[in-house]
Amino acid sequence: MSEASPAKAYSLHLGVIALLFVLSFVLPDYYHGLLARIMVLAVFAMGYNMLFGYVGLLSLGHAMFFGAGLYGAGLAIIQLGWSVPLAFLGGIACGAVLALVIGLLALRTTGVAFMIVTMMFAQVCYLLILYFAAWTGGDQGQVVPQPARVLNLGATSLDLTNPTVRYMSALVLFSLVLLVTLAVVRSRYGRVLVAIRENEERTKMLGYDTFSNKLIAVVVSGTVCAASGAAYALLFGYVGSSFASVQYSILPLLWVLLGGAATTLGPLIGTVFMYYVIDVTSGYTSAYLLIVGIALIVLVLFFPKGILGSIRQRWLGWLP
Amino acid sequence: MIETSKAEASKTEALRISGLDCFYGEVQVLYGLDLVLNKGEVLCLFGRNGAGKTTTLKAIMGLVPSSAGSIKLAGRELTGLPAHEVPKAGVAYVPQGRRLFAEMTVAENIEIGLMARGKGKAVRENVLDLFPLLRQRLRQRSGTLSGGEQQMLAMARALCLEPQVLLLDEPTEGLMPSMIAKIRETVSKLREMHVSTILVEQRVDAVLSVADRVSFIENGRNRETVDVEELRADPSAVRRYVGVG
Repeated sequence: MSEASPAKAYSLHLGVIALLFVLSFVLPDYYHGLLARIMVLAVFAMGYNMLFGYVGLLSLGHAMFFGAGLYGAGLAIIQLGWSVPLAFLGGIACGAVLALVIGLLALRTTGVAFMIVTMMFAQVCYLLILYFAAWTGGDQGQVVPQPARVLNLGATSLDLTNPTVRYMSALVLFSLVLLVTLAVVRSRYGRVLVAIRENEERTKMLGYDTFSNKLIAVVVSGTVCAASGAAYALLFGYVGSSFASVQYSILPLLWVLLGGAATTLGPLIGTVFMYYVIDVTSGYTSAYLLIVGIALIVLVLFFPKGILGSIRQRWLGWLP
Repeated sequence: MIETSKAEASKTEALRISGLDCFYGEVQVLYGLDLVLNKGEVLCLFGRNGAGKTTTLKAIMGLVPSSAGSIKLAGRELTGLPAHEVPKAGVAYVPQGRRLFAEMTVAENIEIGLMARGKGKAVRENVLDLFPLLRQRLRQRSGTLSGGEQQMLAMARALCLEPQVLLLDEPTEGLMPSMIAKIRETVSKLREMHVSTILVEQRVDAVLSVADRVSFIENGRNRETVDVEELRADPSAVRRYVGVG
């Protein structure tokens, strides 16, 4: 945990948000769209980091929360004709309820068992998406119609398919989640979560109800991931079963490990790094995954705590 | 008459354990253990390794479930309470090996202790007055402290709960003599502050210097409880139960 003054920590985070805002005006079209996607997925990673980084619970099933938000929002528009704000809230609610149920069941286990149980629940959700193909579109997925992806704000309306609106919407969500994460991490509750990660029995011995605290963390984590999924459906107009597959449970783990677990900006750094390494290397060779793999091995060897985690450990101890 | 004597006992007793049975899986570890800790005293649990001393402390904290018997804190039954409720009832535990939050600073470790019972700055200052060395280390990561400093921090964190009863499991284990003296001094200060303490200890000199009474634990039973003065006069009990002295 850092000893940074609140002003220093918030200045850094506001600086990152300002930088992302400025980038919107200077990036070429392709990278503009890519960064919007990265910001939404970084929110997914931030939700994952809340549980893995701060509580030390390794889940292999977070794709189900992303999927809950994705399908909750997407199907609310496609099947029920809901408006964008309602669909977004519906997606978040789906993720929150699912996280509560999964948390109540999965938190009876710890360690490897928790990992397996969350993976099994995620597989159940994935198979349910395929089984109810008439509603969900199965493995083909469904496109959210472009006319429905309009946010009506009284006299004016915002077309979410417009690249600038999409980028700014992603930035607003990202900024909100980043600042809330920072506030949570710096709060008393955040310190209790870290204490649980460090030594759960000892935390219990100080009088903390560790089960309830972990359950709240699962729900917060699942809700943030669902918000990311809901935003993805609304901003990019597609809901597909691949987003609920095991690959999407492993990806946020990878992003967080790369960027630095238990660092607030690590998920963004990890997501950016992975996306750009894949993007750049795939331009040179079809065996780009080999290069990505080598890059990962080098990173793990020299930055075992992730990029920001290692920077914090070696040079900037105050980084939150 | 019986009711009157019970009421009088509760005025002087901080903790009473009666007929406690505990199991690790199929293996019974405590056999009808009886123990009384009076208010403001230091009671030492003495015995060989595996006698059941640490299990007794864990049973009080609810970490090891009891299958029979009762544990009463100033008349309030503790058995059956979830483990996290026991500290709230007024019992603090410093386990063997300290178990600090190694990644947190000294200040954060203390803060976690204070937050647990909603205690404020005054309690923090009182605790730091007891351990002035920690004041100089507040911003240091607790995992980098020396063994003695870690032990002090573990005790400080437990005292942030302002417990009625403090359980210390081998606090001087592996420490250098100067640190052992400081820990003993602190235990004596706690007695002056009317904190009732159960101390698990293997060192005879430590027992004789800080304890008021000594309970000899053998094979999961409290064989005998004696005043430390009696023990000083006749240390044969130490030889009888642990073969030293």
